[in-house]
Amino acid sequence: MIRFVDVHKSYRVDGRDIPALQPFDLDIADGEVFGIIGLSGAGKSTLIRLINLLERPSGGRIFVNDTEMTALAEPALRAQRRRIGMIFQHFNLLASQTVADNVAFPLRLAGERDSAALQARVGELLARVGLSDHADKYPSQLSGGQKQRVGIARALANRPSILLCDEATSALDPQTTASVLELLAEINRELKLTIVLITHEMDVVRRVCDRVAVLDAGVIVEHGPVADVFLHPQHPTTRRFVDEALPEEAASEHTPFAQVPGHIVRLSFRGDATLTPSLSRVARETGVEFNILAGRIDRIKDLPYGQLTLAMQGAQMQIALAALREAGIEIEELPR
Amino acid sequence: MNPLQKLFPNIDDWGEIGRACIDTLLMLGGSLALTVLIGLPLGVLLYLTGKGQLRPMPKLYAVTSLLVNVLRSVPFIILMIVLMPVTYALVGTKLGIRGAIPPLVIGAAPFFARLVETALREVQQGVIEASQAMGASLWQIVRHVLLPEARGGLFAGITVTAIALVGYTAMGGAIGSGGLGDLAYRYGYLSYKSDYMLVTVVLLIVLVQVLQMIGDRIVLRYKQR
Repeated sequence: MIRFVDVHKSYRVDGRDIPALQPFDLDIADGEVFGIIGLSGAGKSTLIRLINLLERPSGGRIFVNDTEMTALAEPALRAQRRRIGMIFQHFNLLASQTVADNVAFPLRLAGERDSAALQARVGELLARVGLSDHADKYPSQLSGGQKQRVGIARALANRPSILLCDEATSALDPQTTASVLELLAEINRELKLTIVLITHEMDVVRRVCDRVAVLDAGVIVEHGPVADVFLHPQHPTTRRFVDEALPEEAASEHTPFAQVPGHIVRLSFRGDATLTPSLSRVARETGVEFNILAGRIDRIKDLPYGQLTLAMQGAQMQIALAALREAGIEIEELPR
Repeated sequence: MNPLQKLFPNIDDWGEIGRACIDTLLMLGGSLALTVLIGLPLGVLLYLTGKGQLRPMPKLYAVTSLLVNVLRSVPFIILMIVLMPVTYALVGTKLGIRGAIPPLVIGAAPFFARLVETALREVQQGVIEASQAMGASLWQIVRHVLLPEARGGLFAGITVTAIALVGYTAMGGAIGSGGLGDLAYRYGYLSYKSDYMLVTVVLLIVLVQVLQMIGDRIVLRYKQR
């Protein structure tokens, strides 16, 4: 459990305080994958560094697993940091050390001296990230995706309960991003690890996160389950991120539907609602006609969802909409 | 008359040149070891206390930095003369190899410290941040991150310092510290025996070349990674 209580942060630049994060409260539950999305400069990098106190807050209190991080003295803080893994956009591996030594590094820092124990743990970690054959290579001999896997193995070495991901896939190509995200999801499932990740890509959030917070100019403008935020974005910044993740739909939604007759609605199906043919049943029963203007079927993490934009016509419109809501479909009426 | 005598008519004792070589190597070895021993911690201190670094201490940095700059701005030949009482207090003589080492170290250590500071600044900030995130203490960061990651730059610095020290040891000859510089000064300059001058200069060139080659090899080995 990670808890921020009335935390804020500003930087002192040339004698003036520049606010980076406005006062906020936030809880991140055990075992969830929590995404923080924002443009560069929004403060997400600062926010994630507050968790292991790489950045100290200007005010407020931060708790990790019931320990008040902000109250710890240096040695106790170092001990706590060993329980929090972190991976980085640019990997930050030791160039002078082999892959195996990089992974062993946090274990050595924690005082492990027994070389048999070190070797066994390193072997286990490299196997988990699929790099068993690369133990004796140097980071410069690896691809970006492999480097990040070493970063993940290193972050998991001391069996942390939390993994912080600082733009972990931003320097990777789309295929590599997908495989690294899959690995993170697998780790979250199997080790019951809490993952906090920051990103500027909605697609990353959609694929692995359970909940998301949208950060805009130092303010959390929206947060909640990914499906809610993704399907019903409220804040303009959130809408921009969603539009970037769904380019084709964004384009069609910005075309005026003025020439299309009927009532324009957007239907969102998720989970079980995607499995039943509610739309055709309701159309048959109420006699409304519909015309599909735009649509998309995909997944948010493990949740299948569909979103259809329809033009509907017919006398029993309100009855039809009520019946659709009854069937678990969310409905938004769109302006023309 | 053997051909060596024909080429270098004034050199009657080649053994003296051999001994001078050994003296120069001893002065170089001794002073280089002490320079690294003193300059490395000094460079680490400069790095750590610098602005925006791990332990910024503006006053300590300013004082250390000033001291380093002062020692670096005094020409070595003057430094040697100024330091004579200090040298005497430290090693009990102002002459010979022992008398040469204190001024050599005091002259070269600040220079090497600056090179260390620069090499450490080349280490990626992100790597340091990652080790902090892993719960590393300051000492662990210095010992296990900064120094190993900067190895290439540090060895390049040692090479440059060693070569500068070769020049300093030669200058030491002027005030009686022995070695190749002493030979060149006494025979080559004061007694007009220019063949002595030639031989010592060639030997110094060879020494510098060898040092540079060894240094480059070591640096290359670490840079390839």
